Amino acid sequence: MSQTAPEIEELIRLLGKLPGLGPRSARRAVLHLARRREQLLQPLATALAEVAEKARPCAICGNVDIGEICNVCADPDRDPSTLCVVEEVGDLWAMERAGAFRGRYHVLGGVLSALDGVGPEELRIPFLVERARAPEVTEVVLALNATVDGQTTAHVIAEALSGADVRVTSLAKGVPVGGELDYLDDGTISAALGARREI
Amino acid sequence: MSDTCFIKALDLRRFRSHVAFSRSFDGRPVAIFGPNGAGKTNIIEAISLLSPGRGLRAAKSEDMAGRPDPIGWAIRATADTVDGERELAVSIDLRTGGRRKLTVDEAPVGQAALGEVLRILWLTPAMDRLWIEGASERRRFLDRTTLAFDPKHAERSAAYERAMRERNRLLKEGVFDPSWLDALEAQMAEHGAQIVIARSKTVDRLRDAQEGASSAFPRADIAVVGEDSPAVDDLDATQYRQRLADSRRRDAAAGRTLFGPHRGDLEAIYKEKSMPARECSTGEQKALLISLVLATARGICAEISAPPILLLDEVAAHLDEGRRASLYDEIVDLGVQAWMTGTGPELFTALGSRAEMLELASPDSVAD
Ligand SMILES: Nc1ncnc2c1ncn2[C@@H]1O[C@H](COP(=O)(O)OP(=O)(O)O)[C@@H](O)[C@H]1O
Ligand SMILES: [Mg+2]
Ligand SMILES: [Zn+2]
Repeated sequence: MSQTAPEIEELIRLLGKLPGLGPRSARRAVLHLARRREQLLQPLATALAEVAEKARPCAICGNVDIGEICNVCADPDRDPSTLCVVEEVGDLWAMERAGAFRGRYHVLGGVLSALDGVGPEELRIPFLVERARAPEVTEVVLALNATVDGQTTAHVIAEALSGADVRVTSLAKGVPVGGELDYLDDGTISAALGARREI
Repeated sequence: MSDTCFIKALDLRRFRSHVAFSRSFDGRPVAIFGPNGAGKTNIIEAISLLSPGRGLRAAKSEDMAGRPDPIGWAIRATADTVDGERELAVSIDLRTGGRRKLTVDEAPVGQAALGEVLRILWLTPAMDRLWIEGASERRRFLDRTTLAFDPKHAERSAAYERAMRERNRLLKEGVFDPSWLDALEAQMAEHGAQIVIARSKTVDRLRDAQEGASSAFPRADIAVVGEDSPAVDDLDATQYRQRLADSRRRDAAAGRTLFGPHRGDLEAIYKEKSMPARECSTGEQKALLISLVLATARGICAEISAPPILLLDEVAAHLDEGRRASLYDEIVDLGVQAWMTGTGPELFTALGSRAEMLELASPDSVAD
């Protein structure tokens, strides 16, 4: 068995579950932290505790932020006429990084899939339709992946919005098949947004 | 003649009986010989995994992990292609419960990307019964042939399959949500039509490739058949979608989708004898298959400047000397890297220095 204390092993095990980290790199990360107790380990622990306590999904759009309503939804300068629908919070953050979109969001938290047990309610599609019915909303942009499930979701949302008196558009086909928004560079996102078309 | 495309180096780790196999190749055909169980088929199976799909044995990842300690496996190959040298790697680590990792030039890729680098075709003893068994094997053969011409076929097949499985699940659960089903049926119609068109192009190409060629192998007249699969001249998207929409109840009751390219079949006729393949002798059936694989290779060489790699498992042993010599001549003429297996070197003497020999020792002696 291992010589390391169980507390440290537990930390290695948890870190190893992070994307991009395996058991080996987690071990290295923990060593690195232990050697920099003051500069890194303690500030990290504080930051983690704080985020764990305060971060939650935004009650309106599903973004993850501090507080009931996220910064994007609370910002009075954002354009209230356009809603952008994305699959994951990471996609929202990618769009914000690109700085190309000035409206508000709806984070689905997944895509429709009968095989994975995800239906319209799980994605809060009824709530999206309700938001889109607000008089100030004139356009809903679907920024979904070009996968089968992403396109199914886009189709179903477009259909659900057909009675809402809004223009429904989707990102230009520049987005590669199965290419997730989060992995695209800022320029590609801006270009895809600029060339969006009606569906 | 087209440019070359071959495997220049192959490295296997913990892959079935090969604990560590490493060798380089110069592009000539490769004749692998050795006793039963020496690991000949295992080598060409490893190569087949460098193309989209589950390889020539359609085996599970776990089953390919070297026993007695099956912790995973890795296949690396350097390919000499028209785009220069490409590094392909496929591996799995069963200890982390992960999925297969695929890379091209060290960058992670999806299955379909492998088909853009190498076009791999195979014939195995398991395919000897292809013409007399169920349609699914023939469909797989047709789709693999299509994929060799058109790497995009992997993507459209996967998309079609996914949409169909989603629809089947909805119907099975009694979720008759019209907008959700519409969305899936639209995609089935789109990808399904592309599949039908791509398969039909394959049939045309194979006809052309057989037409002009002189070969020792019999000509096969082939056609895509099956009443439950859409025909090429009947692919109107609106009608196709309507047909799916109309059969929701029927499909729900059957537990599967009753209409679509997943129900298509491949028919072959021994041309000179006007004899359906399934009624030909065992030897004739095999000859027809070899003929189609050679026609595919010829067609690809003519159309794309990237010849395919052929994996011919135990093919030589079943041919008489004359046919065998003709097969070798045709392979050498095409300039393709054909990997051929057999128990003894005498099966390959007619190749002489036109091929490189790879002898595998019996499984009881020291590993590679
Ligand atoms: N997962 C595995 N681990 C170790 N050995 C395996 C595994 N799967 C198959 N083998 C062995 O590989 C050998 C068969 O290799 P194969 O390539 O089919 O032989 P041949 O040279 O006759 O084509 C058998 O001895 C079999 O036991
Ligand atoms: Mg064998
Ligand atoms: Zn919000």
